[in-house]
Amino acid sequence: MGVALTRSAQWTAAGYGTRTLEITPLNEVILKEIVMFVESFIYKHPQEAKYVFVEPLEWKTNLDPSAFESGYIVSETTVKSEEVDKDGQPLLFLSVPHIKIRSLGQLSRLLLIAKDRKLKEAQACIEANRDPVTKILGLDYNTVKEDTSTVNILDKITKDEDPESEIKMKVGMLLKQLDLHLLNHSLKHISLQICLNPTTVKNDIELLKHFSGKGEQTVLESIDYTSDYEFSNGCRAPPWRQIHGEICYVLVKPHDVETLCVTCSTEGVFLNGGKTEDEGEINYERKSEIYKDLVTFLKEKSAKFSENMSKQRKREERKKERKEKEKKKREKKKNEKKKREKKKRKKKKGEKKKGVGEGNKSKSKTKQNKTKQKRTTGEYLLILCTLSPLASPGSCPKSAEKIEEILSDSSSENEEDEEPPDRRQEANADLPSEYWQIQKLVKYLKGGNQTATVIALRSMKDFNLAQETCQLAIRDVGGLEVLINLLDTDEVKCKIGSLKILKEISHNPQIRRNIVDLGGLPVMVNILDSPHKSLKCLAAETIANVAKFRRARRAVRHHGGITKLVALLDCAQSSAKPAQSSLYDARDVEVARCGALALWSCSKSNANKEAIRQAGGIPLLAHLLKTSHENMLIPVVGTLQECASEENYRAAIKAERIIENLVKNLNSENEQLQEQCAMAIYQCAEDKETRDLVRLHGGLKPLASLLNNTDNKERLAAVTGAIWKCSISKENATKFREYEAIETLVGLLTDQPEEVLVNVVGALGECCQEYENRVLVRKCGGLQPLVNLLVGINQTLLVNVTKAVGACAVEPESMMIIDRLDGVRLLWSLLKNPHPDVKASAAWALCPCIQNAKDAGEMVRCLVGGLELIVNLLKSDNKEVLASVCAVITNIAKDQENLAVITDHGVNNDKLRRHLAEAISRCCMWGRNRVAFGEYKAVAPLVRYLKSNDLSEDVDNCITIHENGNGAVKLLLGMIGSSDHDLQEAAAGCISNIRRLALAIDKARYT
Amino acid sequence: MATPCVRVRVSAASRASQWAAGAALPWYRARVRGVPTGEGPLGRAPLGPRRRRRPRPAGMNRKKLQKLTDTLTKNCKNFNKFEVKCLIDLFYNLMGEVTERQGITIGLDRNAFRNILHMTFGMTDDMIMDRVFRGFDEDNDGYVNVSEWIYGLSVFLRGTLEEKMKYCFEVFDLNGDGFISKEEMFHMLKNSLLKQPSEEDPDEGIKDLVEITLKKMDHDHDGKLSFTDYEQAVREETLLLEAFGPCLPDPKSQMEFEAQVFKDPNEFNDI
Repeated sequence: MGVALTRSAQWTAAGYGTRTLEITPLNEVILKEIVMFVESFIYKHPQEAKYVFVEPLEWKTNLDPSAFESGYIVSETTVKSEEVDKDGQPLLFLSVPHIKIRSLGQLSRLLLIAKDRKLKEAQACIEANRDPVTKILGLDYNTVKEDTSTVNILDKITKDEDPESEIKMKVGMLLKQLDLHLLNHSLKHISLQICLNPTTVKNDIELLKHFSGKGEQTVLESIDYTSDYEFSNGCRAPPWRQIHGEICYVLVKPHDVETLCVTCSTEGVFLNGGKTEDEGEINYERKSEIYKDLVTFLKEKSAKFSENMSKQRKREERKKERKEKEKKKREKKKNEKKKREKKKRKKKKGEKKKGVGEGNKSKSKTKQNKTKQKRTTGEYLLILCTLSPLASPGSCPKSAEKIEEILSDSSSENEEDEEPPDRRQEANADLPSEYWQIQKLVKYLKGGNQTATVIALRSMKDFNLAQETCQLAIRDVGGLEVLINLLDTDEVKCKIGSLKILKEISHNPQIRRNIVDLGGLPVMVNILDSPHKSLKCLAAETIANVAKFRRARRAVRHHGGITKLVALLDCAQSSAKPAQSSLYDARDVEVARCGALALWSCSKSNANKEAIRQAGGIPLLAHLLKTSHENMLIPVVGTLQECASEENYRAAIKAERIIENLVKNLNSENEQLQEQCAMAIYQCAEDKETRDLVRLHGGLKPLASLLNNTDNKERLAAVTGAIWKCSISKENATKFREYEAIETLVGLLTDQPEEVLVNVVGALGECCQEYENRVLVRKCGGLQPLVNLLVGINQTLLVNVTKAVGACAVEPESMMIIDRLDGVRLLWSLLKNPHPDVKASAAWALCPCIQNAKDAGEMVRCLVGGLELIVNLLKSDNKEVLASVCAVITNIAKDQENLAVITDHGVNNDKLRRHLAEAISRCCMWGRNRVAFGEYKAVAPLVRYLKSNDLSEDVDNCITIHENGNGAVKLLLGMIGSSDHDLQEAAAGCISNIRRLALAIDKARYT
Repeated sequence: MATPCVRVRVSAASRASQWAAGAALPWYRARVRGVPTGEGPLGRAPLGPRRRRRPRPAGMNRKKLQKLTDTLTKNCKNFNKFEVKCLIDLFYNLMGEVTERQGITIGLDRNAFRNILHMTFGMTDDMIMDRVFRGFDEDNDGYVNVSEWIYGLSVFLRGTLEEKMKYCFEVFDLNGDGFISKEEMFHMLKNSLLKQPSEEDPDEGIKDLVEITLKKMDHDHDGKLSFTDYEQAVREETLLLEAFGPCLPDPKSQMEFEAQVFKDPNEFNDI
């Protein structure tokens, strides 16, 4: 009850002396609830009703002694209850007009006697007894000055166990329940209200300032802040007033009234006591009603203002309309410009980038502003909502927007991939003879009829088109244009000839870009519709070559190429069509193969993946996967492999039973096919079900056996990748042990390229989650090479290595070896790695190391500057890093001496503690981390550590812990139940601080 | 700069526009309708539904026609009976005018045949068209009769690569000595390049093209192409089949032709 009363109830704004409860709907509700609770108390809890208060509740009553009847000894001016305590003192004593009551039973009766005046009585009682709970239960139940927390009470109670204290506890509990109930009530009330925030107030004032000045037309003569200093939160009120929700004070001089001194607070705007001339201090006392904003307030106070304001408003509206029109126009222009610029991208790239960038920036800025405003209310509610299950309207749109932003980010394909500088062969340089020959041929191409063209094309093909000189020569003499032009003609032979050359020279990255720049892709996409299969094939193959970079892939998609390519896949199935036997026809299967080839290239863009899916590509690919042609399977599996990075695909792959075929093809003879299948499994095996499917279809054995062939590094990388992902499942890891893959993997730890190493180490890291595997790795001598890899520079590799080492360190025996190999030091130095993932992973790996090392404390201390490093990492912005570092610190902090060192390094305790708290809170926002914290048992020591000094000094701490919501609170609550006394206390303290914060906010709003 | 592609497109377009205007209907359609070539537009789309009965070939009754169809079908594996029937029908339709004019029904003469090649299959090279006519006219009597018509078309439209190679080689072997000589090549290619007035020797490009072709195709290095040389080169690269000029229908006009001629079988029931 205490909390609700002190925080939620709306007291008058008076600073000193006895305050009175305002007559507000909220207060009324609270009073009614209290009355209902007290009235029924005597019936519901007869035992507890007899409990004698530590101190009596005293107040001035309006009740007449004559109102008391049976059960009371009534005299003219006094009333004594017949009910007495152990010492014979009456539980109710009235000496007009003072009344003292010492039990809830008596309180209950009194209210019954008071009848229709009971609300007044209750109000008087509460006004006189600002802290009823303390009086009822005694000071020791209110360790933290003003309010009590459940935890504290429970804490005390577990200590003494006599029956009286049991009743006391029950009373305490009941009061707590009431308290909670009241809080919920008031929350509902609060959530309905709109409150002001510094930004809106500021905007209002700025706007009014704009229309102020001398003259009749202005709305005000002047409007000014009393203080020029603005706090970082946008408030100008002194901090001790901000607590009451006050934002700033404004001196307003309307045309027709005296200067008004106005308080703007979160609740609204009201007139205050004014500024005293001599000292310049403001009398904060409220002198008027509360208005919802400044404009409403001024309208009420000044007639002139309201008149001029309405004029202004009209003007404003007109202006706004005009502005909006202009804005629309501008936007339209901008769009057009964008379109134009797209065409001219090549030339104006730099310029365009800038323009769009700015556009986006300003857009996101406004968006940010919007979210910020929303958040201020949203945040507020969010904090309150952690106490009650109310929805917070403000937070939803924010997250939605965020998601949208992220989405658009990932799908927008910026011109990120580097454009290689155009290399033109210098005219003066010694040109190879091919150059002149090609130039001659291009001349024939340009000036010949189709016969000559075909001959020239044919002859051109005889050059070594794989050679860059020839490729560039064709371009430099203007052959590329002619070749692409030829694609636009009706001459099938010319098109074929041209495509045959384009197909070859498009292996060159520069030529690819030139082809795209010359608009070759739309033409080729159109050819995909041609009735001639060989043309389709060639076009698809050329597209496959050209679409190796983003812009090209996007061009293919924009011209509807994806749909057409997917349609090519269908050729193999619809063989019903009578083949118009033509000279230039290829087989259906060939067409499908080329289609798959092109899709493979295109599928490297996310948007294309989606386009392929929408065009119905997955079932077709799944169908083609059933064939046994290797050169068909490779692009098909390749496409699937690329696309499997998308969630949709992985689901579809599961649904279409593709895994089975992938596993089957692992057994193929073709190395490239094996590679692609392994890659596909690697991609898909992120999903647990898929991992199981791989095992069920017997895919693990071929994977394990493919490990033995180490010549083809690409394939080895794919295979080890697949093993890595598959071994995430425990069952699979066991299987791999059976297939003796662990030994092989350990063997692969040396003399392999990084791509392989990353996967091998990743696989070992996963396998080592199992005890037997850990032992196996140790016995195979895997620790030495693993620790050796800690000095690498490849980030992905380091992340995996640290994970693997960490997994091994779980076992004390392995830990000993790691320690001997100086692994801990190496891990520790990885904390300096610039890449946050590596830092985090290294820190996570350090946790088991510290846990399992024999003399962890000593070990840690030996690392010069180690502790300082760790403490500094607390400043990181990366959640994962923070989480891991916190986990490490909790482990380090088990050693008293190290704890002291950490504290020293932390410059001062508060700072460190704040970082820690921030770290936890940030980490806890990420669901998995919360679990991780729990798993690593990090919470308990951390909480204990946090509690070691008085936390309440630092509001930020509470806020941060609080913000992470129920996760932390739940854990804390869990810890209250633990058997460790200190821990209980610490956790309880934490919770109480959290609660105190919430309540402080309430208080700020209602005082 | 006039590239060949542009030129090709222009000629195709002009052809199409001629057709569309109805000024010069496709020869086989024009005859069927009884509209003399060059007469004013009829105002009916050339591909419009046909309801009128075809005129029966002169001096031939149904039985005789049936027999002819059967024999020709037997000898020609590339067409089925229906298609043969259609082509015979077409032949006699084409013949109609010639017969009327000359009174003798031997077959299509050189001019009539060249007209067909030009109008329907878009051939432009006079020399090649002459050679194609010779290719069709097996007995060298100056006329393409009905069986030569059917046989020629079977290669022309549906021939296998071997048949086509043989046919093309015969077309390109201008003097029929079994070799395509440099001179013959030059002769066939002489119009294939745009003449640039700036050049000193306008024939240089063509000579060069001949050299290029020879280098590519003359496997035995005897300075001329034998059929073996030619066959080998074409098998390597099908595009070289018509190395010295288009002597086969291009796929588009072939498709149009077949679509027109082998239309709805019901329409030919009465033959």
